[in-house]
Amino acid sequence: MPVSASSWSFTEDDFGAITKALERFLADCNARCALLVDRTGQLVATVGQRPDFDPTAFATLTAADFSANDQLAKLVGENDFSSLFHQGEKESMYLADVARRVILVVLFDSRTTLGLVRIKMRQTVVELTQLFEIVFARGGSAEAVPNILAGADDEIDKLFQ
Amino acid sequence: MSMINYASREINCKIVYYGPGLGGKTTNLEHVYGKVQPDTRGKLISLATETERTLFFDFLPVDLGTIRGFKTRFHLYTVPGQVYYNASRKLILKGVDGIVFVGDSQVERMEANQEAMQNLYDNMAEYGYDLTTMPFVIQYNKRDLPNAASIRELQASLNPGWEVTESTRMRPLADPAHPGERLIEQLPTGEWIERAPYLEAVAVSGEGVFETLRAVSKLVLKSLA
Repeated sequence: MPVSASSWSFTEDDFGAITKALERFLADCNARCALLVDRTGQLVATVGQRPDFDPTAFATLTAADFSANDQLAKLVGENDFSSLFHQGEKESMYLADVARRVILVVLFDSRTTLGLVRIKMRQTVVELTQLFEIVFARGGSAEAVPNILAGADDEIDKLFQ
Repeated sequence: MSMINYASREINCKIVYYGPGLGGKTTNLEHVYGKVQPDTRGKLISLATETERTLFFDFLPVDLGTIRGFKTRFHLYTVPGQVYYNASRKLILKGVDGIVFVGDSQVERMEANQEAMQNLYDNMAEYGYDLTTMPFVIQYNKRDLPNAASIRELQASLNPGWEVTESTRMRPLADPAHPGERLIEQLPTGEWIERAPYLEAVAVSGEGVFETLRAVSKLVLKSLA
């Protein structure tokens, strides 16, 4: 089925490596919190200070924000806008594309500067791109990641009785 | 594109409600939001205009239960019904796992329904998705209205069936929801066709809303199994 062919899964090891990279990034640039969101709007990971907003809603809007800006980029003749910056009075966010499939969002306040966030973000994006490329290369292939729903037809039926 | 998170033990799937403007897509989500336990759903996000027309999308995450220790989390989206917003409609379809087409039963909306269905096929094709091979259900909404077309007319217009090419699927398949009807059947011409499952609904009163959600999410999970 084409749907599952484009699916991807990450293991606990992947998750550990991603989290570690993000923790280092936050410490380096003194930002509050980093979120990884996939382009379809699913939240992949949250690191740092726990956000006090609904992270699922945040992830959805981030993906929409990025997609809309992607289209805007095309309209003005750019391939994409690989990063976006939203400035607030106290809180600001910086968003960057990772491997064309994931978005890294960082929330920061006046304890740091946009310049520092931007520099550190660039390095982190390179690191994350390498990590994610391994995850995507593995894809949803059955050998690497066992299909937890295989043969679960009865259980699925029961869930919807 | 479903996402399985082994760390939080979650399976995340994306379902998109598609259809003509003012057909009841947002109403479907609002009903689900109002009826499910608050601890099994997230916030209902609406990016709408001042006149409550969907501008970008509505979004509602709901948990439908646990399978093999994994929480099944469905992200429900609606798209703007107005053709004017096609660019944002298309964006929402990215990574979709299941589609609900919310058709407006009113005779006067037949053309708008057809236009939206064609637009759905076109937008899906642009992403390389094939609607005929993925979880897809049709909801005929507003069945309570006096000017509602008959199911037979709606089916003929919006769900006439697509050709079955796989020989293993060329066998009659009864429609479990409608006795005497078939999802896969052979036409007198010898051609085998398959139709999407359909449901009847009155979304404002909630009739058929959960049945639709159940039908599509079950198909999505089965497509992963």
